[in-house]
Amino acid sequence: MDSSELLTSQGYIKHHLTHLTFGYLPEKGFGFAHSAAEAKAMGFWAVHVDTLFFSILLGVLFLWFFKRVADRVTTGVPDPVQNFVESLLDFVEENVRGSFRGRNPLIAPLALTIFVWVFLMNLMDLVPVDLLPWLFQHFMGWFGVDPHEVFLRVVPTADPNATFGLSIGVFFLILYYSLKIKGIRGFWAELAYHPFGKLGLPFNLVLETVNLLAKPLSLSLRLFGNLYAGEMIFILIALMYSGGGWMMSLAGGGLQFIWALFHILVILLQAFIFMVLTIVYLDMAHQEAH
Amino acid sequence: MNINLTLFGQMISFAVFVWFTMKYIWPPIVAAMEARKNKIAEGLAAAERGELEQELGQKRATELMREAKLQATEAIAQAQKRAAQIVDEAKENARAEGERLILAARAEIEQEMNRAREELREKVAVLAIAAAEKILEKEIDPQSHKKLIDSFVNQL
Repeated sequence: MDSSELLTSQGYIKHHLTHLTFGYLPEKGFGFAHSAAEAKAMGFWAVHVDTLFFSILLGVLFLWFFKRVADRVTTGVPDPVQNFVESLLDFVEENVRGSFRGRNPLIAPLALTIFVWVFLMNLMDLVPVDLLPWLFQHFMGWFGVDPHEVFLRVVPTADPNATFGLSIGVFFLILYYSLKIKGIRGFWAELAYHPFGKLGLPFNLVLETVNLLAKPLSLSLRLFGNLYAGEMIFILIALMYSGGGWMMSLAGGGLQFIWALFHILVILLQAFIFMVLTIVYLDMAHQEAH
Repeated sequence: MNINLTLFGQMISFAVFVWFTMKYIWPPIVAAMEARKNKIAEGLAAAERGELEQELGQKRATELMREAKLQATEAIAQAQKRAAQIVDEAKENARAEGERLILAARAEIEQEMNRAREELREKVAVLAIAAAEKILEKEIDPQSHKKLIDSFVNQL
């Protein structure tokens, strides 16, 4: 591999890992970032348009599909679509009933939303890795935009913003229900007087705070890590096409296929894990200290 | 890994989606599922009840049939008994009637006989007197010899 090829490989990967970022740059004003460096320079006050677009699109798709079923729901013989939706709801409810001991009408819809939404966002990983960015580049090309300055990442869950958005939402719910059920005193007692009693207060506080913060952190990082890695492997396999020769291309195609098959398991599992852990954490928030 | 405003966008959309699911999607579908569950349970219960009722009806029918059969045989037996009784009665009546007829005939015969005897006796008495008159060649006063004649007649 000579240096130029290395450069293009690196460039390819880097291009694929850069979000379509909209933000403010002091020298250019508001606008889309034209390079990874610019995207980075925009700092906190920027938006990943691709992440937001795909996640909201998929969320709306999910809500539209389920709302359509909910509107024409029948107590008689369900049609296949309703049947599918019902079995999904049944599955979620089963999980909630299995892990959540209290009574809260929020938990099951929350779990359903997480499961389906995260699954759909993960599912974007199975769209051939170059397809949507390529289409988008050509689309933008019509408007005279340099394709190399057009970025698109289609998997929202491979963006930590999305996974942290989810897990911080869950974290707020954990805090809210902890305070609501146990009161400030009870929550404080849980944080400060466990596991070593009142004498070990500072130590307890550190331990329990870490424990508390680890929940949203592990939730989001697990999902992000899995999907990021999955996307990365798709990208790396895609590099084989440019490696030259039809043998490599064929092998690359086979590998993509195999990895996609395996990835079906991963995306489903990650969505499921996120849902179950959310239920478990909220159940813990509802329970009085041991 | 650059965290930026997207995070808040995601959190807000997440909250909205959860709210929407909780408000418009979960309740109607779950309610429908629950309603169907109840419907099925009711249907099953009704079926079971029907089966039970049918079984009960069948039992009652067999019971009725058996009773009817019993009654029929009883009626037949009674009828047979009654018939036999009637035959017996008829026989008895016939026999009594016959006996009565015989008795009446006998009484009539006796009567006839007595009458004949009486007649004969009177005739004999007259004859005897005539004969005695002839023999004695003189008139006998029936009045004075009445006692004698009566004893004679009675001997006949």
